[in-house]
Amino acid sequence: MHLGESMRECEYSQISTRSSTPMETPYKKRTPKRKKWETFPGRNKFYCDGRIMMAKQTGVFYLTLVLILVTCGLFFTFDCPFLAQQLTPIIPVLGGALFLFVLGTLLRTSFSDPGVLPRATPDEAADLERQIDYVANGTKGYRPPPRTKEVVINGQTVKLKYCFTCKIFRPPRASHCSLCDNCVERFDHHCPWVGNCVGRRNYRFFYMFILSLSFLTIFIFAFVITHIILSSYQKGFLTALKESPASVLEVVVCFFSVWSIVGLSGFHTYLISSNQTTNEDIKGSWSSKRGKDNYNPYSSGNIFTNCCVALCGPLPPSLIDRRGFIEADAPQMAPPTNGITMYGATQSQQSHMAATTPLLQQHSSEPVIITSSPENGTSLPARASLTLGGPCSSLPLGQPTPPTSTPSLSCHEATDMLPIHGHALNHTHPLQEQAALHHYLTPEEVPSPPGMLHCGSPLGHSHTVQTSFYNPASQDSLHEDSVRGLVKLSSV
Amino acid sequence: MATEFHNLQELRHSASLANKVFIQRDYSEGTTCKFQTKFPSELESRIELTLFEETVKTLNNFYAEAEKIGGQSYLEGCLACATAYLIFLCMETRYEKVLKKIAKYIQEQNEKIYAPRGLLITDPIERGMRVIEISIYEDRGSSGSSSGSSSVSGSTAR
Repeated sequence: MHLGESMRECEYSQISTRSSTPMETPYKKRTPKRKKWETFPGRNKFYCDGRIMMAKQTGVFYLTLVLILVTCGLFFTFDCPFLAQQLTPIIPVLGGALFLFVLGTLLRTSFSDPGVLPRATPDEAADLERQIDYVANGTKGYRPPPRTKEVVINGQTVKLKYCFTCKIFRPPRASHCSLCDNCVERFDHHCPWVGNCVGRRNYRFFYMFILSLSFLTIFIFAFVITHIILSSYQKGFLTALKESPASVLEVVVCFFSVWSIVGLSGFHTYLISSNQTTNEDIKGSWSSKRGKDNYNPYSSGNIFTNCCVALCGPLPPSLIDRRGFIEADAPQMAPPTNGITMYGATQSQQSHMAATTPLLQQHSSEPVIITSSPENGTSLPARASLTLGGPCSSLPLGQPTPPTSTPSLSCHEATDMLPIHGHALNHTHPLQEQAALHHYLTPEEVPSPPGMLHCGSPLGHSHTVQTSFYNPASQDSLHEDSVRGLVKLSSV
Repeated sequence: MATEFHNLQELRHSASLANKVFIQRDYSEGTTCKFQTKFPSELESRIELTLFEETVKTLNNFYAEAEKIGGQSYLEGCLACATAYLIFLCMETRYEKVLKKIAKYIQEQNEKIYAPRGLLITDPIERGMRVIEISIYEDRGSSGSSSGSSSVSGSTAR
């Protein structure tokens, strides 16, 4: 008994020394600053301290690398000496240059950021939800909130879809890669051979890679055949084969590669000249079969211009800042810099929130973006399938913000929400589990209408997936400000 | 109206964040980076329309310059390809140069125009080029009265 007590005492003292409120400076000093790639929400792998970015499955990429290295290695070792002697030494030089170019473009395609769009900060997501609500509130009765926006680009109507994972309206031509769990700008396709998505930032490298690889494959194929033919004049066909068995392997590899790689190069040349992505081509987005007036609004009409734009246009920078440090003040992937609402959430005391909400509501509905009490039950049915459930529905009344960025909204069927939610539920990032202190009001408090059985899943979704990347170390300087702010409000 | 802040430091220390306004992208001309110039209603009481529009239009012009496809960008692209993109180890792309100009411009605008009105613009690059985030600050000293009045005006407007 005594032992147990003393042990408990020891344990207790251990815990008390360790635990520290986030406002204590020793806590801050102890944790080193982390880089943003360490808390990246997508399913990517990072190497070299965030300099290299690849997809999760890289097995096939290594296969590609091995195939290229082995085939070229065999070519330079067994065929080049003969060819350099018999024909000209330019052959290995040219081969070497091609090989280096292929390798360079392959690595560049595989290691660079394809144009990943960072996920919306909680404030942005909340703002979007509010805007969507505002439109939905205008309709009578239950209607699922619209999740598409229509934009007119160069005379063609384009639908922008809402991404449930990233919580943004995807820009035109962007698409969400389910393998990498990221929205990628100008998404072409996910290529397992290069172990990465192909998007806006690495499409030209990808194209250069397959083009140069086609040339390399044809080059090796042609010269290995030449080597065999020339040797067989001197020694006979079978002897020639026996002397360089590697040539046989090379011929086989090249023969099978040529068809696929050259075909792929041709296909992508067509895509570039018509300024389409693989995604669009497969879906037939701009095909005239869809409608008489259907045309590609991004194409300039001129093949040469399209090619120049795709290959020689400016290279946009990466939007995800992999190697930057996660800072408390700087707005980034970690929780946002609002004082009041974040503090209310980190405390996660519902009594606390209850105490402040009436006060907050007095002042302005805006700060209550997230924490207001769900007094307005009528708008709930319309919001049932949204991730946030009830709370934000009360806000548009206090703040009549017309949806500034939504020229026309179309309705979505509620049924397509369900599979998406189910899908999104699986993508819980480990750090998001820590966000038990998320700043949306817990779904239990929201009086969900009885008929809405599928409320459970979207609201559950908001619990786990939603708030992103609670990083205790980043809260320190926020906290002081937010404490002051909240204290001020509650004292009023 | 409302609060007077003399610089960004003062803004941060003595004010509390009240709200954020997001200016979304304008895709009517394709995928080029352009922001909507529509004036959000939350800023009506805080800043003049002309100043706001000028800021957004200047930013749009900067982005257009960065993404412009012309002689210089072709030259840069071809040179980069010829050097197997190693040249970017030594020099920065035109886009990056323009982004630096933008950052400087935003800093300047914040100091001169927005901070004195209790507003703060966040560089769109920090938001993935999706939005221009404008944070609205309320002075702690007068948070009760000023936010109270804004909510009243908000509800009556509705």
